[in-house]
Amino acid sequence: MAKKIRILIGKPGLDGHDRGAKYIARALKDAGYEVVYTGIRQSPEAIARTAVQEDVDFVGLSLLSGAHNELFPEVIRQLKQEKADDIIVFGGGVIPDDDIPGLTAAGIEAVFTPGTPIKDVIAFIEANRERVESK
Amino acid sequence: MSEKKKLEKALQEWEDRVLKKTLDHFPERRETFTTGSGMEIERLALPDGGDADRYTEKLGFPGTYPFTRGVQPTMYRGRFWTMRQYAGFGTAEESNQRYKYLLGQGQTGLSVAFDLPTQIGYDSDDPHSVGEVGKVGVAIDTLRDMEILFDGIPLDKVSTSMTINAPASVLLAFYIAVGEKQGVSRDQLRGTIQNDILKEYIARGTYIFPPKPSLRLITNIFAYCAKEVPQWNTISISGYHIREAGSSAAQEVAFTLADGIAYVKAALAAGQDVDTFAGRLSFFFNAHNDLLEEVAKFRAARRIWARVMKEQFGAKQQKSMMLRFHTQTGGSTLTAQQPDNNIVRVAIQTLAAVLGGTQSLHTNSRDEALGLPTEEAVRIALRTQQIVAHESGVANTIDPLAGSYFVESLTDRIEQQVNEYLAKIEEMGGMVQAIEKGYVQKEIQDSAYRYQREIESAEQVVVGVNKFQIQEEAPKDILKVDPALRELQSKKLAAVRAERDQSAVDAALAALRAAAKDTGINLMPHILEAAKRYASLGEICNVLRDEFGEYRESIIL
Amino acid sequence: MSLARNIIQGDIRAIARAMTWIENEHEAKEQLIDEIFPDCGRATVWGITGPPGAGKSTLTDQLITRERRQGRKVGIIAVDPSSPFSGGAILGDRLRMQQHATDDGVFIRSMASRGHLGGVAGSTGDAVKVLDAAGFDTIIVETIGVGQTEIEVMGMADIVLLVLVPGLGDEIQALKAGVMEIGDLFVINKADRDDAGKIKAEVEYVLGLKYAENMAAKNPVLMVSALTGQGIDDLHHSLYSYLNLIRSSGTLEQRRRDRLAGELRTIAAAKIEALVHYHLDFEDRLDSWVEMLYSRKESPYGLMNGRIESLIKELTDK
Repeated sequence: MAKKIRILIGKPGLDGHDRGAKYIARALKDAGYEVVYTGIRQSPEAIARTAVQEDVDFVGLSLLSGAHNELFPEVIRQLKQEKADDIIVFGGGVIPDDDIPGLTAAGIEAVFTPGTPIKDVIAFIEANRERVESK
Repeated sequence: MSEKKKLEKALQEWEDRVLKKTLDHFPERRETFTTGSGMEIERLALPDGGDADRYTEKLGFPGTYPFTRGVQPTMYRGRFWTMRQYAGFGTAEESNQRYKYLLGQGQTGLSVAFDLPTQIGYDSDDPHSVGEVGKVGVAIDTLRDMEILFDGIPLDKVSTSMTINAPASVLLAFYIAVGEKQGVSRDQLRGTIQNDILKEYIARGTYIFPPKPSLRLITNIFAYCAKEVPQWNTISISGYHIREAGSSAAQEVAFTLADGIAYVKAALAAGQDVDTFAGRLSFFFNAHNDLLEEVAKFRAARRIWARVMKEQFGAKQQKSMMLRFHTQTGGSTLTAQQPDNNIVRVAIQTLAAVLGGTQSLHTNSRDEALGLPTEEAVRIALRTQQIVAHESGVANTIDPLAGSYFVESLTDRIEQQVNEYLAKIEEMGGMVQAIEKGYVQKEIQDSAYRYQREIESAEQVVVGVNKFQIQEEAPKDILKVDPALRELQSKKLAAVRAERDQSAVDAALAALRAAAKDTGINLMPHILEAAKRYASLGEICNVLRDEFGEYRESIIL
Repeated sequence: MSLARNIIQGDIRAIARAMTWIENEHEAKEQLIDEIFPDCGRATVWGITGPPGAGKSTLTDQLITRERRQGRKVGIIAVDPSSPFSGGAILGDRLRMQQHATDDGVFIRSMASRGHLGGVAGSTGDAVKVLDAAGFDTIIVETIGVGQTEIEVMGMADIVLLVLVPGLGDEIQALKAGVMEIGDLFVINKADRDDAGKIKAEVEYVLGLKYAENMAAKNPVLMVSALTGQGIDDLHHSLYSYLNLIRSSGTLEQRRRDRLAGELRTIAAAKIEALVHYHLDFEDRLDSWVEMLYSRKESPYGLMNGRIESLIKELTDK
């Protein structure tokens, strides 16, 4: 049986704009993935722990408030602390291009900026299928 | 009497009874208005015959029930809408400079953006605030920050809008206290607090307390301001964020008015008379690209609200039936791709707002899909309004699209859809129940999902995004907030804590706590007292958190 | 160190990974369950079910808080339906329990119902074992709806809470559908609504019919508001009284034996099915068999009985 890919969609920080996060969650469900949705206003620690308990393969973070440079890497740090740094983390939201190299260096494997079609997100997930299946 | 005669008579009556009074007090901008080519423009174009009674019932005259054609008798011939750019970021010092710049550029009102910790009642040094201090607005911890924010801006000369909801009472208290320090009395203060908690549960997410105590705080503000701050708009019932979350135009109006109805009911239940507070209710809508639908939406909203207030709540005063609203152009319509195109989108949306009869307007900056707006982008956004006001000519006559077969029919259809929603929500036991059930959120999400799918399939064209794309260089000059700001702001807060009279703060907070326990007490005076003693926003909100509990999101997709 | 040993020591990653193995029918799953089985049987398992929108997750959240106050470790398995179209799922129940996300004494796992060979009940049962072996004192299994699948899942529980709510319109149907049989405690949520009393009366009426002969075994019917917490302490207290009652009457022990019997039946049925499938080369031969039936050369029962007889012969000869 093919492994069912599980993805956590979470919103760290205080930003309540969840239109994008909810859209991604629903579109990924329609693409056949199992999506754990945490809701808004989650601490990086809560997101990391949820990711571990749910044994997800991917964590998708959405943030529109501009706090991504602080909060995205903090999620990565928390995952490391939980010995779960094999989980692939991607991010989305209002993220200036200048910030992307820093986020990549911190371990965010993909950043999807506004207007990214969902098929790009799916392509990213599928490109990593082998990696998560071999775990 | 012929229909034409009937209309002429009605016009004559309006001119004698309503218009004259207005013109006596507020003369129009010019003696005569002309087109660009010099033809004289009439104040108000009327149907050439037709059913006069039907016209009066559905459209009426500007400044009269049901206000379809606008809430003021002369509309923009008297005075343009207030050009009010939403701004604020970083520290109070930086935001103060931006306000002075905007006032210098001809802006006529202030609109304060607060950062998320402030909006959710956390101090800058609270662990919840990590990463968020000063990001989407200015960080305000104590009265000290507010004094800096309005330094050199006389509060009796400007009107100030504050996008603040759950802790609206605290920020209003800070504002009143700054006024006192400037020697401006409360009855001279003009402005608006958003104070609309229901749409936070629906769409925006900066809630603190559960619905019941939240509604208490809101009605406490209504009662307090009716007596003490009579020129203050006590609430800005907002459809803006509902639309940003992906609703349709009709849903935007329906859910906003349903929120409004819930607030009116709450105030009536608290024993207030409808005409004492209804005149200070104001609204806030979105302007999207579909020009004619947006104009129809604004016109329908005015007519429905007038009927609800008169028929359902028995309002007697005209002011209580008027839907006055602020508009902001649609942030979600802006694209990160080819961002200069956003200037054009904003121009269309500006026209929609003005042709729809808005009382004030914020125009978005072209770079908002990329980050915080730069000074140059903000200036272009403001210039867009100024061009529509001074050059386009649409402000020289009242409700120019009235009588268009298409616009009138669309207005009727939106009205009908809205009324269906309102009936359904009423059936569910009101808006609070409909939100707790997740009905409202589900309706919005379904619309949002459908729309996004249409964009993905390019059924819906978004220029530069799914059609007419180009290879682009990464945009430069994006404004960013210093990440060390939290530390700086926390130091300022620590300094205030060190120098204030701690026993006075403790006493004020204890009094607030006692008052919170008794639902019969108005909390505003207690919050004001704590604010004046330099209690911080977080300290005040934490007392209320202890007493009221916290709301938690409960709706899944 | 083996996964089983890590689970028994309470390692969160190991517990979570084991659940994934169970969900994906991992080849080493059976061995894992067998390895942890001796350490199972200590936890109390609660089932919470009811129609969509009844407030089950919010209620679960409140009950977690009560259990934590009394020092018990709590594991939660929240089952959500998979989309029949895409096979995907949105697992959002835990959103209402996120305040416990950082509590070491709470483990929450969302499971999609999928199209399991052994049914959802099978994988839920194994997931319960993992939490049990890991030392969770209380395990709460939450499922949406009140259909056949949910009734099976609730067979995993020592005690079942059926959550009902006024205004959904389908409560009467739920009562008719035989769901009343699986409930031990009946929880009327959103008790602050005007019509909550009506639901309570209906439930009591149906229970009255059920217990016409034995009123002593009467099930508690409780009014709560999961949102405000009103009535939750009483519910929690009643739950423990009821547990004591069924423990002292021997009902609980009987339930646990029945559960083991049920599990064995499910495992046997699945194994035999798989075995027969394998030895008959079922999938590969299906097309040719269909041809035989289509051309009326064979009849369905005749064909299958013949094949199975020769398979049994073949196997016994070996």
